[in-house]
Order: sequence, then C-alpha cells, then structure tokens
Amino acid sequence: MRAALVLGLILAAAAHLLLPLTPLREAQAIDPDLADLILVQLRLPRTLLALGYGAVLGASGAALQAAFANPLASPDISGASSGAALGAVIGGYWLGLTQPLALAACGAAGAIGTLLLLMGLAGRRADTATLLLAGLAISLAAGALTSLALALAPSPFAFYDAFDWLMGSFTDRSLVQAAAALIPAGIATVLLLRRAKALDLLALGEDVAASIGVRPGRLSVEVIALSAIAVGACVSVAGAIGFIGLVAPFLGRSLTRGHPGRAMLPAAAIGAILLALADLAVRSIHLDRPIPVGVITALIGTPLFLWLVLTMRRRLAS
Amino acid sequence: MTSLVTTQVGIAGRLEPTGLTVEAGQLVALVGPNGGGKTSLLRALARVERSSGTVAVGGEDVDSAAPARRRHLLSFLPASRDFAWPIAARDVIALGLDRPGQDRVEELIALFELDQLSARPIDQLSTGERARVLTARALAARPQILLLDEPLTNLDPYWVLQLMAILDTAAQSGQAVIVALHDLTLLPRFDRALLIADGRVQMDEAPTSLMASERFEEIFRIQAAKGGWAVRR
Repeated sequence: MRAALVLGLILAAAAHLLLPLTPLREAQAIDPDLADLILVQLRLPRTLLALGYGAVLGASGAALQAAFANPLASPDISGASSGAALGAVIGGYWLGLTQPLALAACGAAGAIGTLLLLMGLAGRRADTATLLLAGLAISLAAGALTSLALALAPSPFAFYDAFDWLMGSFTDRSLVQAAAALIPAGIATVLLLRRAKALDLLALGEDVAASIGVRPGRLSVEVIALSAIAVGACVSVAGAIGFIGLVAPFLGRSLTRGHPGRAMLPAAAIGAILLALADLAVRSIHLDRPIPVGVITALIGTPLFLWLVLTMRRRLAS
Repeated sequence: MTSLVTTQVGIAGRLEPTGLTVEAGQLVALVGPNGGGKTSLLRALARVERSSGTVAVGGEDVDSAAPARRRHLLSFLPASRDFAWPIAARDVIALGLDRPGQDRVEELIALFELDQLSARPIDQLSTGERARVLTARALAARPQILLLDEPLTNLDPYWVLQLMAILDTAAQSGQAVIVALHDLTLLPRFDRALLIADGRVQMDEAPTSLMASERFEEIFRIQAAKGGWAVRR
C-alpha cells in the first residue's frame, strides 16, 4: 500500500507538472529556453504548491482529528482556514505587507487565533455537534470579517483582487511565494508527523494517555499551533481550500487500520495527490476565466462529506 | 517487597494528601460510596492529573520516567468504556505495548477469549466485551502496578470470576493490583481493602475485619443482613 501511495504521488506530480503537453511542445518548437521557463517558473511553483498544500491539509487534518478525537475536525471545518485568510487579508490590505513570508506569518497567526478560540468555545475533545457548531460560527465570523476588511480596505480593487485567491488558487505563483508557504509549512508538518505515536496513544483516551506519560493538554496545543502554522502559511499564498483536510485523513485512516496518529503520513500523501489532481482538472477545463481550485475540491468534497456524516449517523444508530 | 510508595498524593478539593505503601503481589480493593474519592485516588496514583506528592514504583519516581519505561511501572484502566476510533480489538491491545509484540497480543487475546472478536472494531463490541479488550490493554506491558477503576462492572458472572482469577495470577506473579469496586461480595478475595469516603482513606484493613466494623456500615449506610446487606435504618 505504501508503494502504491508513493507511485500515486510520483504520477500525480509528473502529470501536474507536464500536462497539458501541447503548450510545452509548442514552446519547445519556438525556443527550448521558453519551454524551460514555462516548466520552471510557471508550472514548478504551482506543482510544488498543489502537492505541498495538499500534504499539509491531509496531515494537519489527521492531526486535528486525532487531537479532537473527532473525524469531522479539519482545518476548514474548524475555522482555521478562514482565520488564516482573515489574517492574510489584514496583513496584505491593511498593514501593507508584501513579503510572502510576512503574509504567511499573518495567515498562521489568524489560524492559531481561530483554533484557540475554537478550543475555548468547544473544549478539547468536544462532541461532534459542539465542534461543528463552534467551527461553523467561527468560520462565518472570520468570513464576514474578511469581507469587511476587504470592503473597507484602502485599495478600491481589494475585493476583485482577492476573489481568486480567497477561493483557493495556484495561478501565477512564483517560486519565492511557494517557498515562503512551503518551508514553514513543511517544518511544521514534519513536527506534526513526529507526534504520530502520542496521537495514537491519545486514541486510548486522555486519561490512559496521561498515565503513559503523554500530556494531552500540551499535545493538543502543539497540534493546534503546528497545524495552524502549516495551514496558515499555505492559505496566505494559495487561499483557503476546503474538504481535502477532511477527506484525506478519512482515507488515510483506512490504510492504518483506524489509527488516527499514524494516519497522518498516508493522509499527507493522499491530500497531495487529491489536490494535484483537482488543480489539474481546473487547468484542463477551458472556460472564459480560470476556476479557483477551491471550487473543485468543494464540489468533489461535499458529497464525500455528506457520505461521511451518514456513515457516522449509521454507526451511532447501531 | 515494597512495590508502590506514595508520599502525600492528593488532588486539591477532591483527595486529601495520602501516604500509601503497597507490597508487590498484593491485591488491594478500593471501596467507598459514590463520589468518595476512589477514582481520584487511582487518577492521582496514575499521575493522570496534576496532583501533589510523589509516586514511586519499585523505588523509581513515576513522574520522571519516560513513557516507554512508565508502561512497565504502572498501568491505568479508567471506568469509561468509550472509545473514539473504530480500531480493531487486537490493535487496541497492541497499543498497550511500547513496541509491537504479536506473541503478547495473542496471549492476551487467548486469555480474555477474544479470538472471535479480535478483528472487530472496538466500537462495535458490547460494553462488557469492550471492558475485556481494555483490561487486556492495561495488562499488556506487564506493569508492576495495575490501577483498575471498576474493571468488574459490565462483566457477566463468568467474566467477573475469570477476571478475578486473572488478577490473582497477576498478583501471584508479583504485580501489585489496586482495584476500585462496588461488589462487596468480592471483597474477601482481596488481601487488603481501603475504605475511601469524603476524599480520604478512612480505613485500611483486611477485608473481613473492614466489613465487620461499625464504621464501615456507617459510611456505606448499610448493615449486614441475612444473605447479604440491607439499607441501614
């Protein structure tokens, strides 16, 4: 199964980087340097962002689900993505920040703020209904504040300018922007993955985990902070992308016999593959204007999410 | 041989500082009215929550032991049988070990007669079956001290007797076993009984003398009657 995931990852990366082939072939015919330019300057940052952001969503979604002991926790449903978007909008349109790394920090700060608020409102290991309601309230509030911040922003073009980004997009991102998002996100994700064993022990319940020497309170705060840094940095560059953080961990756990902590790594691989394929789909659909990738993930993710809710309901009923 | 020594272990508002010494191989019962502090004492001994004092197992301070070592010092089974994730019973037992040890897992599956259930997700088992799986998890690493909160609740009569036999064997092999329970008919099977009420150890005696005392009846608000116990009038 591990080999299949690695193979899937390589194929998704290659497909995302090289497809569609026609523009590359045409550029090659005109000037080989032009083809290299398209590949390295345009496609490579996009591929790196799609794979990296997808992996971040998968791993941090799995980590949050393990920490909250709830399969419906995820960066988008818990409000972290909306909080990151709000942080980046304030940084970009109100504080006048332009450095990608500074914007990434604002995104991370926004995500940390919302996750701490969620923990305060719903509590750690909240039941599903409380978590969903609190997350929904925070997401709506952060969304409204983001709209307000854009409406009142000094730049009159802020709304138009931010639309594509807010819905999640990898179009025209530079290698510098990709690095600003993926280096902090990568470090945070590696630190998250190191907590796999502790998160598996948390599955035994907070009390048992604590008796073994895990500190559940500290672990939850670490998971929240690290996933917020990872997701916040990515959101600041590529916008909020929903559902991958919910669906990838669910699929990841099916490969780890339900273990929530060790599911982080397969969830990261699955998240990367899913987001790369979704972005490839966006690039392959030719409409008048580009569709934000977040629209595709939401369109695919919503039925999966509903199916997940139904499965949970059936399980609870039995 | 002394196995467990605590100095002034307490939890603010719930458990008065308690000094306790338990010998290796001792089977200790914790009894007392609801809310008296049995669970608090077990949680304080297991270092589940911030509590004062120190707990040493075989001379080793539990707080400063690394997780891998701690599993061999003590194990805690909470009263709750809830489990958040659909993990197979076999894998839940394996989580009790620091390193995967298939032989030990198989041994416990056989001991708790879980062969037919071992592949089933734990959340699809009955409460009593779940109790057996979770107790097997607690025993997995062969800790020096077993701290079990109501392990006999939810079990059918066969499994109450079986689990008592398993705990007897554990004690004979040198493990100290501390069990919170409500079934007073089982008390004589223990070496020692602690009566806990109002957040402190009120009595610490051999079970038979404990049950014969006036104080025991007073605290529990029951009295010996023909064939068992009756509410004290």
